[in-house]
Amino acid sequence: MKKIIPMRKMLNNQDGIIKKVSATGEMGRRIREMGLVPDTEIHVQGRAPLKDPVAIKVRDCVLTLRNNEANFIQVEIDFPDTPEKNTK
Amino acid sequence: MKKKITIALAGNPNAGKSTVFNAITGARQHIANYPGVTVEKKYGSVDHKGYRIEVVDLPGTYSLTAYSLEELVARNFLINDRPDLVVDIVDASNLDRNLYLTIQLKEMGVPLLIGLNMVDIAKSRGIIIDHEQLSSLLGVPVVPMVARSNKGTDELLDKIVELVSNPREWQPAKISYGLDIDRAIDEIESIIKASNIIDEKYPARWLALKCLEGDEQVFASLEKDPDLSKKVRAITQRVIKHTLSTLEEDPEGVIADHRYGYLTGITKSTLKRQIQSRLNMSDKIDKVMTNRILGPILMVMILYGMYLFTFSASEAPIHWLDMLFSKLKVIICTVVPKGHLQSLIMSGIVDGVGSVLGFVPIIMFMFFAIAIIEDSGYMARIAFMLDRVLRWFGLHGNSVISLIISGGISGGCAVPGIMATRTLRDPKERIATLLVIPFMNCGAKLPVYAVLITVFFSKNQTTMMFLLTIISWIFALFAAKLLRLTVLKGSQTPFVMELPPYRLPTLKGVCIHTWERTFQYIKKAGTIILGLSILLWAMMTFPQLPANQIRAFENQKNRINRMILHSPALKKYIKDSKDLRQIDRLYATYVQTVTKKDKKLITKLKKSRFFPLLKAIYTTDRNKMDSPRGYNSDTTIPESITGHIKDELSKAAHEYIRYKQMEEKIDAAQRQAALKHTVAGWLGQKLEFFTRPLGFDYRTDIALVGGFAAKEVILSTLGTAYSLSDSIVNQSKSLSKRLTTDPSWTPLKAFTLIIFIMLYVPCIATLASIRKETSWNWVWFSICFNLTVAYTVSLIISQGGRIAGM
Repeated sequence: MKKIIPMRKMLNNQDGIIKKVSATGEMGRRIREMGLVPDTEIHVQGRAPLKDPVAIKVRDCVLTLRNNEANFIQVEIDFPDTPEKNTK
Repeated sequence: MKKKITIALAGNPNAGKSTVFNAITGARQHIANYPGVTVEKKYGSVDHKGYRIEVVDLPGTYSLTAYSLEELVARNFLINDRPDLVVDIVDASNLDRNLYLTIQLKEMGVPLLIGLNMVDIAKSRGIIIDHEQLSSLLGVPVVPMVARSNKGTDELLDKIVELVSNPREWQPAKISYGLDIDRAIDEIESIIKASNIIDEKYPARWLALKCLEGDEQVFASLEKDPDLSKKVRAITQRVIKHTLSTLEEDPEGVIADHRYGYLTGITKSTLKRQIQSRLNMSDKIDKVMTNRILGPILMVMILYGMYLFTFSASEAPIHWLDMLFSKLKVIICTVVPKGHLQSLIMSGIVDGVGSVLGFVPIIMFMFFAIAIIEDSGYMARIAFMLDRVLRWFGLHGNSVISLIISGGISGGCAVPGIMATRTLRDPKERIATLLVIPFMNCGAKLPVYAVLITVFFSKNQTTMMFLLTIISWIFALFAAKLLRLTVLKGSQTPFVMELPPYRLPTLKGVCIHTWERTFQYIKKAGTIILGLSILLWAMMTFPQLPANQIRAFENQKNRINRMILHSPALKKYIKDSKDLRQIDRLYATYVQTVTKKDKKLITKLKKSRFFPLLKAIYTTDRNKMDSPRGYNSDTTIPESITGHIKDELSKAAHEYIRYKQMEEKIDAAQRQAALKHTVAGWLGQKLEFFTRPLGFDYRTDIALVGGFAAKEVILSTLGTAYSLSDSIVNQSKSLSKRLTTDPSWTPLKAFTLIIFIMLYVPCIATLASIRKETSWNWVWFSICFNLTVAYTVSLIISQGGRIAGM
């Protein structure tokens, strides 16, 4: 089963495919020029010790985004049949 | 005659552009600024196959928009200077993202060559690129290379020469961004072409594309023809409305998506992935280095290691430089006759510049350690881990780098630190960072702390130093928060940043990095500080005491000399003023011989008839210094001498010392009067009114005024202001000894002074850098802001301490 969630809600080590980037202006440009555009596969690498920013692997490189930036990116993930609770 | 051509190096940050630049130009490189802006322009040249190739290293960018200074500079250079060829350095292990810039260069239409760098790293990650296929699909020649190990650089140069010898026109590439946008681009292009207000340098199609991307700089250039500008704006508005309603994205986003779509098509057929483990080496390292618990611990350990490395490695070179400068002073002493010229060279030039150069080793090793951390990729991880903390204070993760360079681990320099703020994109975050940079404990403040700490907090020196590092961070961060809440209010910039893969830094790269920053520091010593220390010397020397006052002091001294000659205890040893002068001189030599253990001189001195007296004076003086109250007369005189001779000698020695101390007091009073009479003394006394609540007297004020020139000057000025005792009896007590015995100096006063020095006005070189990076307004702001903070905090400490009874 597939499900679309904001990138911020993804778990560590989870895979997904970007479906939509809703940020505009400078933030939108910054996000896109680093390769975060629709149909890109991403993998959540981990988070900084204070749980923010998040490090993701995109196109063979590791990018970091703050949680409030990750909010603008909608990602399609494989949704397990037994939903995990730990999605904050 | 060699044919001269110009090529520009473009590429993403971390694509190895600098490595390529260093590999092809070698040592023949220069750094300047792009006209009117603070972005550094690096250029160098190389001769190849009958061509002199001038290479310009453009700033590393991901795009060519008008959002950041670097990108603007890069694209303006390409348009205005029209290099013969643009070499785009592309990281093979990260092809898609790097080609995003390539596409934009193609859209512009510049003659292009791709240097496909780091094919070895790509291969080790299982990425194989068919570069011929890539070349034919992109329509751009591609040279695979590994710049780190110099592979492919010759081929690159061959290709450059080949391409330049058959020049071609600029050809903006036609890429489809979807029907609506394509149509709008065609429309705007024809409108622009029809009018003739635009310089022919600018490709019309590229301008049209930039208009749809909402590029303000391009719009501004169209303003010259209001009619044209109105038409273009109408078209873009129409497209924006359309894409927002149908795709829920602005045209800029749509264009970016299409560029990536185009690229994915190309990379799919040129790039093959071998099966590989999901995590490469770099990811595995990151699992440990940025781990929730281990990450911060390792970070603290690495930063502490840098600190240890810097201080232990620089110990020996600092000592050598010290010896070199004292040797130099001895030489000057003998060559230049006594007087104003000697004083100028010794105190003005050698002391001033010498004190700056004395810190070069600390600064150099600190920059060396920082360069390793930066080049290895760890610095980006520090920014990543600390971003959450810094964001709270209104700063950016990358601010850490600037703060560390400026002395965040103690022992840096604010000048390169301020330059490092260029990596911050948001102007407000950047200004906030560079305004709090002067609070860091740079290499110049350390020796002042060191002296004060050894004197007043000798028991916990290391703890104290560490505490000061923490205090400076606290002040810097809270000051930043204050600025961001008031004068620099504003939202924060996106953090989207790359964590480059870990790489083993190359020695060459690290050395170049270290040298660039160290040189900025040395340049400061050579120019600003030289001038200012001469100025300070003059301020502390002129105007001199009026002749009648000098005469009054001389008369007092003469009276003492007469008293010595008439003293009954000394009569036996000193018959006339000639004897007295000789004893004074011999005693100075004697003290030297004892401290230096020069056996030859001692035997020579032993022949003198004054020898027993000299020895008696010396031992008595020593005893007095060691235990000021009461002495044991038995130990003062050599054991071989007994009976009444011993008593006589002892009495004579005491008399001599008593008179000499009186003379010294007069000397001290004269020097003090002379200093008070100078411009600096006058200024210090005027300032005393303000600093009395802090507990600083005019001598400290003079030193602080000197510190405005450069913090290094504080210590030497304080030394001069307090060097009230270098007469023969007390063989030049060092400043620290002087401070220990001065009753007005308490640990509280020392601590207040340390904090004041930490926070008060940045040095001239720092202000000059702030001016270069911002404007005069911020320079004035910085001076006032820092003074206010320093004064308020010091006042709280000193008054609070007094109330608490410290």
